[in-house]
Formats: sequence, C-alpha cells, structure tokens
Amino acid sequence: MILLDDFMVRAALAAVGTAIACGALGCFVVWRRMAYFGDATAHAAILGVALALLFSVSIPLGVLIVSLGMALLVGRLSGRAMTPDSLLGVLSHSALALGLVAVSLMPAVRVDLDAYLFGDILVVSRTDLIVIWGGAVVVCGLLAWRWQALLAEVLSDDLAYASGLNPARDRMMLTLLIAAVVAVSIKVVGALLITAMLIIPAAAARMIARGPEQMAAYATLIGVIAAISGLYAARYFGTPAGPSIICGAAALFCAASAVGKVRG
Amino acid sequence: MPLITAKNIEIRHGATRAVFGVSLALEPGEIVTIVGPNGSGKSTLLRAIIGAAPLYSGTITRAHNLRLGYVPQTMHVDTALPLSVARFLNLPRRTPLAKRRAALARTGVEALENRQLSALSGGQLQRVLLARAILNDPQILVLDEPTQGLDQPASATFYRLIENLRDDLGCGVLMVSHELHVVMSATDRVICLNGHICCEGTPAVVTAAPAYRELFGSGTGGALALYRHDHDHAHADPQVHEASH
Repeated sequence: MILLDDFMVRAALAAVGTAIACGALGCFVVWRRMAYFGDATAHAAILGVALALLFSVSIPLGVLIVSLGMALLVGRLSGRAMTPDSLLGVLSHSALALGLVAVSLMPAVRVDLDAYLFGDILVVSRTDLIVIWGGAVVVCGLLAWRWQALLAEVLSDDLAYASGLNPARDRMMLTLLIAAVVAVSIKVVGALLITAMLIIPAAAARMIARGPEQMAAYATLIGVIAAISGLYAARYFGTPAGPSIICGAAALFCAASAVGKVRG
Repeated sequence: MPLITAKNIEIRHGATRAVFGVSLALEPGEIVTIVGPNGSGKSTLLRAIIGAAPLYSGTITRAHNLRLGYVPQTMHVDTALPLSVARFLNLPRRTPLAKRRAALARTGVEALENRQLSALSGGQLQRVLLARAILNDPQILVLDEPTQGLDQPASATFYRLIENLRDDLGCGVLMVSHELHVVMSATDRVICLNGHICCEGTPAVVTAAPAYRELFGSGTGGALALYRHDHDHAHADPQVHEASH
C-alpha cells in the first residue's frame, strides 16, 4: 500500500479509472446525441457539491443525487413546448448558476470551488479511488450486460420493442450511468469538462473504428492515454490536471482524424 | 387460431384518441393491408401490435411464442455509429453466419454483407431490414409503409419480394400502406382505417365501399384514379407516374 501513498500514482489511478468509466459510455452519448444532456447533468453537480456540504453527506453521494435529479427532470420535461437543445440550455446553465450561488453562500474555508469546476486530481484520497474504480466497474459491467439491447435501441426504438426489448428502461439505465460517471469523475476533470471526457475519446475512436465494439475499445484506450499523458504533462508544465487531460484527448482526436483520413 | 387478436383497442396521444374501437384478427398466411389517410392512426395501430405503443383500453393477444418479424417505416442510421450489415443482423440476438447470408440472399442484398449500414441507399436499407425481419423464420411479417422513399418500379419489386417471401415462408403479412393501388393485387384483406375501422374486406369490396370512396375517392381523383389505371397494367402506371411529377 505504500505505493498508493505516492500522490502521483493515486492521481494516475484516478485518471485511468475515470477514463475507463467514460470510454464505452461516451460512445452511447455520441450515438444517442446526448452531449447537451451530459452537460446539464454535469453542471448540476456543482449544486450537488453545495447541498452535500450543507447537509454534511459525502460529496460523491450529493453529486450523484442532484445529477440524477437533473437527468430525471430533463427526461420529464422533454417533448413539451421547447426543443430539446433549448430545454437543456435552460436547465444546464440554471443548474450551474444556482450551484455557483449556493457554493458562494458556504463559509469560504469549506469549499474550493475551482476544485469542483476544474478537478483537483492531485488530492485524490484512497476513498476517492474506491469510488472511481467501483463506479467504473459498475458502468462497464452494466453496459456489457445490456450491450446488444442498447445497440439495437440506438438504431430504432420500434425495432427494439418488436424484438421484445424495453427501450424506455434501458434509456433510464443510461441516464443513471451518466449521473454516476459525473459523480465519480468530478474530482478528476471537474464539472465543466466531464462531458469532454465522455465525448472526445468516443469521437476520436469513431474516426478509426469499423464496428461498435471496436469503437468502445478505442475510446477507452484513447481516454486512458489522454489521462496518463495529460496528468504527467500537467505535472511537468505546472498546468491544471483536468484541462491538461482534455487537451491530451483533443490532440488524440486530431491524430485519429488524420489516421482516418489517410485510411479513407 | 389467429396469430394476433386485437379486441376493441383504444390508443391515445395525450388526450386525443388516435385509434379507437379497433378489433382485428390476423390468420396464418394471410396478407392484410391497412390503408387510411395521413393521421388516421395506421402506424400507431401497428406500433401497438408490436408492443411499442401502450394501449389505453382493450387487449392485444399474441399466439404463444409468436415469431414476429418487423420492418420499420424508416430507420435513420447516424454516421456516428460504425455498424456493418453483418453486425446489424446480429442485433439484438446473435444469428449463425449461414442464416444471415441466406436471409440477405433471399432479399437480394448478399453483396452488402460487409458494407456500413449508414452508407446504404434507401432501397438497399429496406431490403436489409427485410432480411433482418425474416431471420427468425417469422410466422408474421409486420411492415410499416415499407416502400416509403422508393420510386414506383422499386416499390413494385419490393412488394413482389414480400409476396414471394410469404409463399416461401408461409408467414402472414400485416402491412401499412398509403399506396393502395400497388399492394392491391397481393392483398387478401384490406382494412380501411380512419381512427376506427371504416370498412374492411377483399380489395374489391373495399374499393366499392362508400366509406372508402369518401376517404380516398373525393377531390381530384388521387388514389382512386390511380387504382383504376392499375387494371390496364404495364403502360398505364408510368404515365400516371410521370403525370404526378
């Protein structure tokens, strides 16, 4: 366990765990066009942090509950008078603003707002590691279990119903998983960049993948490479870790695009 | 014993009744076509039959372990999803390679096995969807306006293919169509829907029914005119087709 006391190793384990949780799930976010939905869920996390501190519950739990509440609210309100992107715009930014106001009302010593907006991977504790890796195992396990059904549902709900599946229930599961990923990765990349960790590796993987399983595997791999290289770059250049990891992912996206172009 | 029986079903979209008072029974091997104007609840009824639309009241009973093959109206395949035809035929249940190839060959698209789904033309995708629908040796094929977006010769070929499949597989066919004149020849029974069932029977009975004429026969000819042309076959269709452009 001495190894885990080294903060850099703990940071690396946290970053890799987050990347694994985001890899395959990010593919569904891309396939189902849920990017804005991810943003709304992630922005609600700041409000979750404030409420967790107010009620003295653990921060991942508070984030999970509020993010899930936001996800369910989006599901409930969609299909009404507004287009989905307007609705998500309203909810996402309202949640962020409300969270920022709520945090500012907290005694200043208790909250380091930057840590939740941009991540603070260098102070990851052993408990955080357990939460992150536990979350990654649950997310990947559920996706693997429902993989065939989830893929069929990306194509057509009616086709899925005709095959005896229940797309509404599986969609709810995806919603839950996104909220879970927000809760486990807020410490690593921060609320503002969680969606990037879901989308950029998956989008990069799309450029070089020939099938859905390959895309999920590439997305995970690209996320892991971005996590490790971003973390070490952050340490070397003294830059914030979360944004550095996303920059790494963005660079890999460019590389994957180039490879995809060359291969045709 | 019927494959599927619907008893006095009602389906609502919010407060509006999309389908009401509909009862029907589908017998093995029968080709049934549902026709009706836009917004008449055709697709909604079909979605209820496959279990995708909840019933407000009434019941739908399926024969025990019914094998159903479904071809949706359209399927938008986003380029964000890399998916080959072969992989698609494995969703949601995996199927042996030989069986997949046989299904593709039967619908005339065996050459597309390794193509990406998002790269197919409308007609190719329809045939791939049909191949997927016959993978489980269905007792009934359910098709929702399967020729939408196809031109007239392509539609005719597609309908002939369905007819052949029915003869080979011995399955029943339930189809929604807005092109009555094309499916007429193969159909055993036509159900004319406008929220409720206006009239039903053999094609000849339905086209003669006052309720049908009221829905399709008024105005500037439209469907009824096309249908009359169908009686003189080959050269009439293209003329009508040209005239409509």
